[in-house]
Amino acid sequence: MTTETQDTVDLDTQERIRPRWGRILAWTGLALLLGLLFLGLQRSQEGPVQIGRQAPDFTLTTFDGEQIRLSDLQGKVVVLNFWASWCIPCEQEAADLEATWKQYQPGGKVIFLGVAWTDTEKKSLEYLKKFDITYPNGPDLGTRISQAYRTTGVPETYIIDRNGQLAFVKLSPFVSIQEIHTAIDPLLE
Amino acid sequence: MKPRIWIFVLLFFSITLFIVSGASAQDATPRVPTDDEVNAIAKQMYCPVCENTPLDVCPTQACAEWRELIRDKLAQGWTEAQIRDYFVEQFGARVLATPPAQGLNWLVYVIPPLAFLAGVFILYRAFVAWRKPIPEKTPSSVDKTEDEYVNRIEEELRKHQV
Repeated sequence: MTTETQDTVDLDTQERIRPRWGRILAWTGLALLLGLLFLGLQRSQEGPVQIGRQAPDFTLTTFDGEQIRLSDLQGKVVVLNFWASWCIPCEQEAADLEATWKQYQPGGKVIFLGVAWTDTEKKSLEYLKKFDITYPNGPDLGTRISQAYRTTGVPETYIIDRNGQLAFVKLSPFVSIQEIHTAIDPLLE
Repeated sequence: MKPRIWIFVLLFFSITLFIVSGASAQDATPRVPTDDEVNAIAKQMYCPVCENTPLDVCPTQACAEWRELIRDKLAQGWTEAQIRDYFVEQFGARVLATPPAQGLNWLVYVIPPLAFLAGVFILYRAFVAWRKPIPEKTPSSVDKTEDEYVNRIEEELRKHQV
């Protein structure tokens, strides 16, 4: 093979190699992007946290400034209620939740926590006063708690058993005190 | 004459006092922000309750309360940036119409220009490829080669015939 032919072959090979790297990079970038899109879509399609799974841990800063961490409440049944002052169905269950809380409060085995979702503090406090709610309540700062539980709206109630596992989910308002008891009592046995 | 002067002096001080007290009373009254001022900030936000509807035009009760909150903060003398930061702290970064370039959000800002540049590059390559003349065999060379080939065949045929 002559030198001239050899040079031509080398140039051809170089030309073939150069665009290959570009293609590899482009395809890798596209694959990464599609992967991210897939993960995002998968996450958005996930429903609420599944029953039987460990409940996501969170820290609730109440309107009084107290900090309550879920993992510190192990050994107790936790009733986690998401609500908002502008939510009419929330009003339907507010009095029942407070009445049930008062029944369980002396035993100390059940704790109720209220999380005000995308609500203004002024309106939240007015709502709590209106329904004489005494159990700890606080704002969902940065909507972190609702995102962890993948809530779809308000009212929603999540009941966590004494081992910190999610035991019950209600994606609509409770219709009676009896219904709330039916959800909590089996977890105390 | 003297009592008259005193009356004028008294009247002058009374009027001055009245004007000064009126002005200070006006200063003490909190300024009520206009709807335009509130909406200028509200249109930069989205409430998670009603997705894809800017806060300034959202008709729900939740959004009305958020707008009132903006009005309250403006009345307290908060700046636009302070109000935005407060909303992010309270309700998360997703309330913002323009997401901050943090975490995976930066992809939103990087991918479109990158895709545009990639498109320009692909188009450029395509144009260059179209303009490049395709190397063709010249008719003379073809003829010459064919001639040589034909000549050789004929020569071989002649040999065999003989």
